[in-house]
Amino acid sequence: MDQHCAVYMPKLINCKMTNISLPTDPIAATPTPSPLAMGTVQMRTGGGAAAYLRKVWAIASKDLRAELRAKEIFSTMATFSVLAVIIFGLAFDLRVQRSAMVVPGVLWVVILYTGILGLNRSFGAEVDRGSLSALLLAPVDRSAIYFGKVLANLVFLLAAELITLPAILVIFNTNLFQTWVLVGLLLGTLGYVSVGTLFAALAASARARESLLPILLLPVMLPVFMAGLKLTAITVDGRGMEELQRWVGILAAYDLIFLTIAFLVFDMLWEET
Amino acid sequence: MSTTALPRRIAVRANGWDFAQLLLNLLTVAAMAALMWAALVYAKPATNLAGTEQTAQRIFYLHMGCNIGALAAFLMSLIGSIVYLITRNLDWDRVTQASIEVGTICGIGTTLTGAIWAKPTWNTYWTWDPRLTTVTITLLIYVAYLLFRNGIDNRQTRARFGNIYAMFAFLTVPMTYYSARWFRTIHPVVFNGNNPDAQGGFNLGSTMNQTLWVSTISFCLLFSALMIMRWRQLRLEDRIEAVREELE
Amino acid sequence: MTKPLIAVSNLYKRYGSKTVLKGVDLTVDEGHVMALLGANGAGKTTLMRIVAGLVKPHRGDVVLGGVALSKAGAELRRYIGLVSHLPLLYDNLSGWENLAFFAQLYDMQQPEARIEAVLRAVDLWQRRRDGVRTYSRGMVQRLAIARAILHDPPVLLLDEPDTGLDQSSSQLLHDLIRQLGAANRAILLTTHNLDRALEWADSVCLLHDGKIVYQAPAVNLDGPALRRLYAEADQL
Repeated sequence: MDQHCAVYMPKLINCKMTNISLPTDPIAATPTPSPLAMGTVQMRTGGGAAAYLRKVWAIASKDLRAELRAKEIFSTMATFSVLAVIIFGLAFDLRVQRSAMVVPGVLWVVILYTGILGLNRSFGAEVDRGSLSALLLAPVDRSAIYFGKVLANLVFLLAAELITLPAILVIFNTNLFQTWVLVGLLLGTLGYVSVGTLFAALAASARARESLLPILLLPVMLPVFMAGLKLTAITVDGRGMEELQRWVGILAAYDLIFLTIAFLVFDMLWEET
Repeated sequence: MSTTALPRRIAVRANGWDFAQLLLNLLTVAAMAALMWAALVYAKPATNLAGTEQTAQRIFYLHMGCNIGALAAFLMSLIGSIVYLITRNLDWDRVTQASIEVGTICGIGTTLTGAIWAKPTWNTYWTWDPRLTTVTITLLIYVAYLLFRNGIDNRQTRARFGNIYAMFAFLTVPMTYYSARWFRTIHPVVFNGNNPDAQGGFNLGSTMNQTLWVSTISFCLLFSALMIMRWRQLRLEDRIEAVREELE
Repeated sequence: MTKPLIAVSNLYKRYGSKTVLKGVDLTVDEGHVMALLGANGAGKTTLMRIVAGLVKPHRGDVVLGGVALSKAGAELRRYIGLVSHLPLLYDNLSGWENLAFFAQLYDMQQPEARIEAVLRAVDLWQRRRDGVRTYSRGMVQRLAIARAILHDPPVLLLDEPDTGLDQSSSQLLHDLIRQLGAANRAILLTTHNLDRALEWADSVCLLHDGKIVYQAPAVNLDGPALRRLYAEADQL
């Protein structure tokens, strides 16, 4: 443990790692000196992948737990998506021969807009409350913050999609619980959330951030949008495998490329702040 | 830092760069005039088309030119953002901004000329042709970039975030292009007897070829002239800002 | 021991067209508590954020324990604790959960004992399971202080920690600071309250219009004298 201090702070005071002794009086009103003396905290040495993943998981689970208490992000997303499906249902009612024709479009448009609702919250609230500063203060690699947020946003959006699919089943009488649709949803949502989290972080510093995020995000989402549309359409129409592979390929490529680049770039965002 | 004492009379002298700029601008005007003449008079009409379609075909030269301009802007801004993120030299950030501004104009030009040309040729203003889709998406990304920059006050943050967004956004454009190519099913949809996948077809005669070259060159000159002027303007704006801060 | 733990030299910071810090020099030794005074807008919060590593200065450097912030910023974060005037806490989680989260971020082993000790030290142990949303302003501030000392940093930066605290909490904070300072830590705190500054700190410095205009050990000053200085500085 001593080498930990020696490695990082060679000229700093000597870190004495003594054991912590709890105060014997459980209702102590006055603080006892021993916990506050130097060197009573043991920290894990080194970093490495395990520590990194632990921190990513800590950030993600914090967001998830906070959401479970407040229930604001998921409920708004789910309600909005059902509302949107209903509105689309009305819009296309009696105008299309087979409702399955419009279903791919409806699904993916609803997902795009629902996602933006959630993404706006993910960084907006943090910046407002200043808790983002707390995250930046901690000895956490900035990219770990990125991945933690991506994970949390992914869970929120996937959960909202689980509400959207039954809504489409009811309103449009089309069953979307089929393998390739779900694969498309998973990969597409991942791509969406990875770019979206980065852009949410970018937009959080600008004025009018809620209206700016969709303008920044939607043009960039088109490959995901098109691929998701096609996968859904092909499955609903019952066509062949060769076409499916191509679109799954695009989604996978998009996810891989942009997750990597976002990971590399995320550090640069916080240089000044 | 103490305030700099300003001389009572400030001599503003035009230097060599200003003359070079003037030369470039004059050259551009001449080239564009030549293009107008070539497109409207010199190029022979397309022999396999007739009527309004034949006249409308001449828009092609402007349309191609705007396309080249937008493409040049696209490449220049991509270079600008990457170099800025590596060197943090604000000059490169200005390159990105200037290119994108000029590129937006060229992009709007491409879309408008394309739409005007499409109506008599394809009987519709719009189609999901991959090139058209890509240009439109690029245009939307440009506009988003300008709006984004507008909303950030801090100079360094504006440069950094703007270039990160620009780089990221442009990397998606090739994927958008290929996705759009495969988006149409293998059986092309047919509008009123015209196949939109075949360019409203005409074969390029020699005069048309030459006009195309004139178009390419003159639009490249136009892009350079506009971009360099805007770049210098941005430099001056930043210099004024810096002097203002020093005086405070 | 007069080893400087916090050494700030020639710090400049500009926001747009406004220069907030114009060449600030400051040193805080080990085991020393320094109070930074100044009117609103003098640049106290900016200075704290720069020393914490959240903001980069245009010119000048911050050296903590002999290591420059500009070179080893990421590693040094482990050794800094900041209390800011925004709470930096999560409303929807309980006091315990907030601290547990930060313990995870700071890579602490078996943090439960430490969290308990710290919560008892700020007298929040009884309310540890309640959501931070239900805490009073004073309690939030105490939890923020708990968060800052959780990972036992040698460098403590307290930006107006006494705002919103009632008399007893204020006394609690005073005791905490005395103890923390005695144990070889360097503490830099800002406050509006001149009397508290004299009572709590070992030395006082006055920041006015982006520069340190006065610096002296607390024993050499008294309330009226400092008040006079404060007023003088306002006219500068």
